[in-house]
Amino acid sequence: MMARQTGIFYLTCTLIIVTSGLFFGFDCVYLAQHVTPAIPAIGGALFIFVMATLFRTSFSDPGVIPRASLDEAAELERQMEVPNAGSPGTYRPPPRTKEVVIKGQVVKLKYCFTCKLFRPPRASHCSLCDNCVDRFDHHCPWVGNCVGKRNYRYFYLFILSLSVHCIYIFACVLTNLILRAQQDNFLTAMKESPASVIEAIVCFFSVWSIVGLAGFHSYLVASELTTNEDIKGSFTARRGADSFNPYSKGSIFKNCSQVLCGPVPPSLLDRRGYVVPDSSQAHHVSGPETQKERESNSVNVRHEYYGSTTVTNQKTGNMGTNTAPDLPPPAVVTTADEMLPAGENVKKREMISYQTPDGTINNKLPPLNGTSSPPTCGGRKNHIWDMTLNQLNYMGRSNNHAAIHGTNPGSVYPQPYRHSDYLSGTSVLPAVKGNKSTMSRGCSTDF
Amino acid sequence: MDNMARLSSSQCTKVFLQRDFTEGTGVRFQNKFPQELEGKIDRAILERTINTVNSIYLEAESLSGRTYCESCFACMTAYIAYLCMDTHYEKCLKKVARYIEEQNKTVFVQQGLMLVDPAERGLRVFEICILTEQQNR
Ligand SMILES: [Zn+2]
Ligand SMILES: [Zn+2]
Repeated sequence: MMARQTGIFYLTCTLIIVTSGLFFGFDCVYLAQHVTPAIPAIGGALFIFVMATLFRTSFSDPGVIPRASLDEAAELERQMEVPNAGSPGTYRPPPRTKEVVIKGQVVKLKYCFTCKLFRPPRASHCSLCDNCVDRFDHHCPWVGNCVGKRNYRYFYLFILSLSVHCIYIFACVLTNLILRAQQDNFLTAMKESPASVIEAIVCFFSVWSIVGLAGFHSYLVASELTTNEDIKGSFTARRGADSFNPYSKGSIFKNCSQVLCGPVPPSLLDRRGYVVPDSSQAHHVSGPETQKERESNSVNVRHEYYGSTTVTNQKTGNMGTNTAPDLPPPAVVTTADEMLPAGENVKKREMISYQTPDGTINNKLPPLNGTSSPPTCGGRKNHIWDMTLNQLNYMGRSNNHAAIHGTNPGSVYPQPYRHSDYLSGTSVLPAVKGNKSTMSRGCSTDF
Repeated sequence: MDNMARLSSSQCTKVFLQRDFTEGTGVRFQNKFPQELEGKIDRAILERTINTVNSIYLEAESLSGRTYCESCFACMTAYIAYLCMDTHYEKCLKKVARYIEEQNKTVFVQQGLMLVDPAERGLRVFEICILTEQQNR
C-alpha cells in the first residue's frame, strides 16, 4: 500500500532505529548500572510501540475507496446526462457535484473522474497514490503513505509515541552526561560518550517538529477534524451560525475515543478481487499471458498501468502479432477528451466511438464529432489516464472478441455495440482475474 | 431478442441504491424504493432487507463497549493482536454477506432479482441485478 517514492520513509526508519540503537547501546548500559534497570525497559517498550505504529501506518490500506464498477460508472453517467440531454450541439459537461445534507449541514460531494464515483463526504483523491481515500487527512511522505480513515489512529499514536520517545531519549542522554560530568567536567563526559552527543543533537532538532505535530493532531482528534478540512477551513470559514462540524460527536472525550478506539472498517480492496468485472474474459482469451498477468483487481495494480507509459508502450509493441493477419481491422476505440485545467485530477469527458466488425461506426456520449474522429494510432495518449482498468480490459476484450469473431459478430453481440455494452462487464463468475494483456490487441492503435 | 430466460449477471440491468449520508458518514443505504423494481418485488420485502443490512452496519460502526475493549487491547499489544483476530467490524461484514446470500436464495432469485453484497462494491452502492432483463441503456 506504499506509494512509489519510499526514500523518505527509509530515512525516517533509519533515523529512529539508529538513534534508538545508539541510546540502547551506550547510554542504557551506563544508566542501567548507575540509576535503574527500568530505563532500558521503558525505552524498549516505547521503541517497539513506535516501530509497530509506524509500520502499521505505512503498510496498511489508508481507506482507499475501490473504483466504481463499469455499471456503476455508467449509471452515474446516465444520471448526470439528464440535465442537458436536449442540447446535442452545445455540449457542456454536466455538473459534477452533488449535494447531500449531513445532520442538517449541506456538504458538496465532488465527482472523481479517475475513480468514477462521487467521493463520499470527507474523502479526497490523493494525487500521489492516485486513489480516493476515505476521511483523507494528508499524504505523509515521512511514512510513505496516505493517512486516512483506516490508519489515522496509527499515525496519531505514532507521532504521539515518537514525541514521548524523543523526549525520553533526550532526558536520559542529559542524565547520562550530567552523571558523568559529576565525576569529571562536562567536556570529558562528552568525550567519554560521543554517541550521547549525537543522540542529543538528533533529538533536540527533531523534538520540536514532532511535538508540534503531535499537538496539532491532538487538537484535530479532539475536534474530529482532518488536516485537510482544517486547512480548507471547511466548517469555520463561513462563520455562519449554522456552520458546524457535522462529524463531531459532541464532546472532546467522545471524539478522542471515536478516533482512538472506534471501529475501523476492514480494507475494501481485496474483496473486490473475486467479483472482477472483467472476469469473463477468461472464456475469450487464453494464453501464456493469461496466467502471467493474473493479478488482483485491487486499485493498486492499476497504478502501474496508468502511471507508466513504458508499460503501455510495451504493450503496443506486441500488437499485431496477436491478431490474425487476414482479419478486417478490428474495432477501434478512440477516445476524444477535453482537458479542463484541474487541480488534483485530470478532468475529462471521454467519448467513445468504435467500429463494429461489420464496418459501421457507432458513437455515443457526447453526440458530436465522434464519427469524424479517425481510427488512427496517432491519437492522444492522455485519455488512458481517465479510463479505469476495467474499461480498458473490457474494451480490449470486446475488440479482441470482435477480431476473433470478425465475420460473425451477431453471435455474441446481436446489435452494434452500444456504449453501455462496453460498460457492462460485471460478472459474478468466480475467481478468474482479468487479463490485462488483451488490451494490446485490437485497440492497440490507441495504447 | 432471444429466449434466454436468465441472463448472466454481466448483461442484466442493474439498479443501484446509493449511500445515505444524512446520519453522518456511517455506512447506510438509501431506503427509497427504486422505480425500476416496480412490480418485480414487494416493497416491504426490499425495505426490510435494506433495513436489516443497515442495522448490521450500524452495529458494526457503533462505539460499543466491545469495540472499545477490542481496540484498547490491540493498542496494548502494539496492534500485533490484529494479525490474529477478526475485529467486530469484520464479523459484521461477514454477517451481512451471509444475510444477503441467504436472502438471495430464499426470496430474491425466485423473483428474478439478485442482491450484491455492498462490501464487494467497496460499500459505495447497494447493487440489485434484475436477472431477467437485458441491459438496454
Ligand atoms: Zn479518486
Ligand atoms: Zn497518498
